Amino acid sequence: MKIPVLRIYTLGYLLFLYCPIVILPIFAFNDSTALAFPLQGFTTHWFDNVWHDAVLAKALKNSLLVAGATAVLATVFGTLAARANTRYKFKAAAPLMGLIMLPMVLPEIIMAMALLVVLLSVGIPLSLFTIILGHVLVCTPFAVAILTSAFQSLDKSLEEAAYDLGEGPFSTFRLIILPLVMPGIISAMLICFTISLDEFIVANFLGSGEPLLSTFIYGQLRSPKNVPNIMALGTILVGVSIFLLALAEFFRRRGLARTGAKDSGGFL
Amino acid sequence: MTSDKPTMIEFQDVHKYYSDYHALRGISATIKAGEFFSLLGPSGCGKTTLLRTIAGFEGISSGVVLIDGKDVASVPANQRPTNMVFQSYAIFPHLTVAQNVGFGLRKDPRSAADKARAVDEALAMVGLSGYGGRAANALSGGQRQRVALARALILKPKVLLLDEPLSALDKKLRENMQVELIKLQRQVGITFILVTHDQEEALVMSDRIAVMFEGQIAQLDSPERLYRLPKTRAVANFIGTMNFLSAQILSEAGGLVEVEAQGFGRLQLDAQKQVTGSPSATGATIGFRPETATLLFEGQQATDRETMARVEEVVYYGDMTYYDVLLDGTSAAVRLSMRNVFGRPVLDIGTRTRVGWSPGALVLFR
Repeated sequence: MKIPVLRIYTLGYLLFLYCPIVILPIFAFNDSTALAFPLQGFTTHWFDNVWHDAVLAKALKNSLLVAGATAVLATVFGTLAARANTRYKFKAAAPLMGLIMLPMVLPEIIMAMALLVVLLSVGIPLSLFTIILGHVLVCTPFAVAILTSAFQSLDKSLEEAAYDLGEGPFSTFRLIILPLVMPGIISAMLICFTISLDEFIVANFLGSGEPLLSTFIYGQLRSPKNVPNIMALGTILVGVSIFLLALAEFFRRRGLARTGAKDSGGFL
Repeated sequence: MTSDKPTMIEFQDVHKYYSDYHALRGISATIKAGEFFSLLGPSGCGKTTLLRTIAGFEGISSGVVLIDGKDVASVPANQRPTNMVFQSYAIFPHLTVAQNVGFGLRKDPRSAADKARAVDEALAMVGLSGYGGRAANALSGGQRQRVALARALILKPKVLLLDEPLSALDKKLRENMQVELIKLQRQVGITFILVTHDQEEALVMSDRIAVMFEGQIAQLDSPERLYRLPKTRAVANFIGTMNFLSAQILSEAGGLVEVEAQGFGRLQLDAQKQVTGSPSATGATIGFRPETATLLFEGQQATDRETMARVEEVVYYGDMTYYDVLLDGTSAAVRLSMRNVFGRPVLDIGTRTRVGWSPGALVLFR
């Protein structure tokens, strides 16, 4: 008999990848502080704990603020870089884009440490603002990648046509380019928001002790009795992340349909 | 004729460089008001670049471009009295048909109702009445082109620029649109400048054609003169098909040129009407179009002269048959096109036949 090696490999790979995530909701509803089988019965107690945790509420508020600010800033920078990269041909374009995209592959801990050293030596006190700076650095390459493809699928004649019909560069951008790349912009913002929301290393290095979701979760894990609460919180976060990424993909595809471009495969 | 009309566009020794690449090499020409003018040439000959210098999308390296007598060097594209129909049509995909057509009226001081009426009129002109509310994305290729035309013409430009507007359409639709464009141009009376690589399209539509090769205008003439008396063999070959046979100039006197041509023997040609080109080192050539010589079937008499030949190749087209024949005394076959008439056989390869021809239809390239 022929052994279906590739199928077994694929199945094993997916199990390894998603088992831990499936574990989250199972124990989030399990009526026991111990993460062990057999399950002890159904409860929503842990979700209730999460809901009433004041520190968590504070962490959530901070995280939403940081993620929101990061998403907006990284997307604005990403839009500018992507526009420059697709619209203008200049010699420094390739090395510049390389430098902009580099943080995507640099070890985050090195970047976080280097940033910390710079901030301290310049004398900027650590705060939520410094975390936002770090997150913008991490997220901008993702925004650039998404928006470059959005701008690339724009026919250059559309701009020229608007110009030919009497518009200036700014009104052309506002009336033609912006509406056509808007789905890409929304998609980039959602992805940056998601990345910032669960980022830990930069948040840990550049934070001033103000809790964020990621650092809060890390802190909670030290005490075993809090672990089920984390399971519940994790379940919620996974749900929200999947929702946001699906939304981002929806907007990306709508953008392609709008400009009539061919789908060259999603960023996700 | 067009010659007494005022000049709309004038190029004076226009050059354009892209870093090292010399795209336009000294273009000098005038285009008359109300003319249907074509820039014809193979891809990369600079025809689109030249069109874009009129629109203002390309600057020029040296020379002058005048539109309606005014040097437009410092006039940006959005203030020129020209509008363009793009090769891709560039229909704004997020707007409706009416919003597309009315796009250029945004800064027009007229009332919204007046603008809506102008949009309706423009749509009616291109045969798209009632399409205003449709999404631009839902249109077919032919409809997109009409929208692009309406959008450009609604601004009543002095010059309408058309960048290969028919190349994306299939053959039938293209032929229909050619006729419609001619009618439209007569109706609005605006100068149309068409860029095309399709010689047939240029011949059908234009009052005058500039044939371009490698950044230069090789010949600027009416379609008929371009076809009848091309200045160079390159132009002759680009516009239709021309047969060439080598010849020797024997004497020139009194407006007549006497030549000894391969296959045709000794001939006298009219120096004004039949001799073209500038003297070349490679020697003179006799040229003739496939339809100017004819196969003589049984019982047919030549109207002028005749020569014996052998059929080398037969290409059957339904309404036409192309015969490649080797005239006696020549070494390369020439092509003849014969209309297929009821009752007349299609000859087999190898048949000996007579070919009727007339010295008046020949062209001598010096």
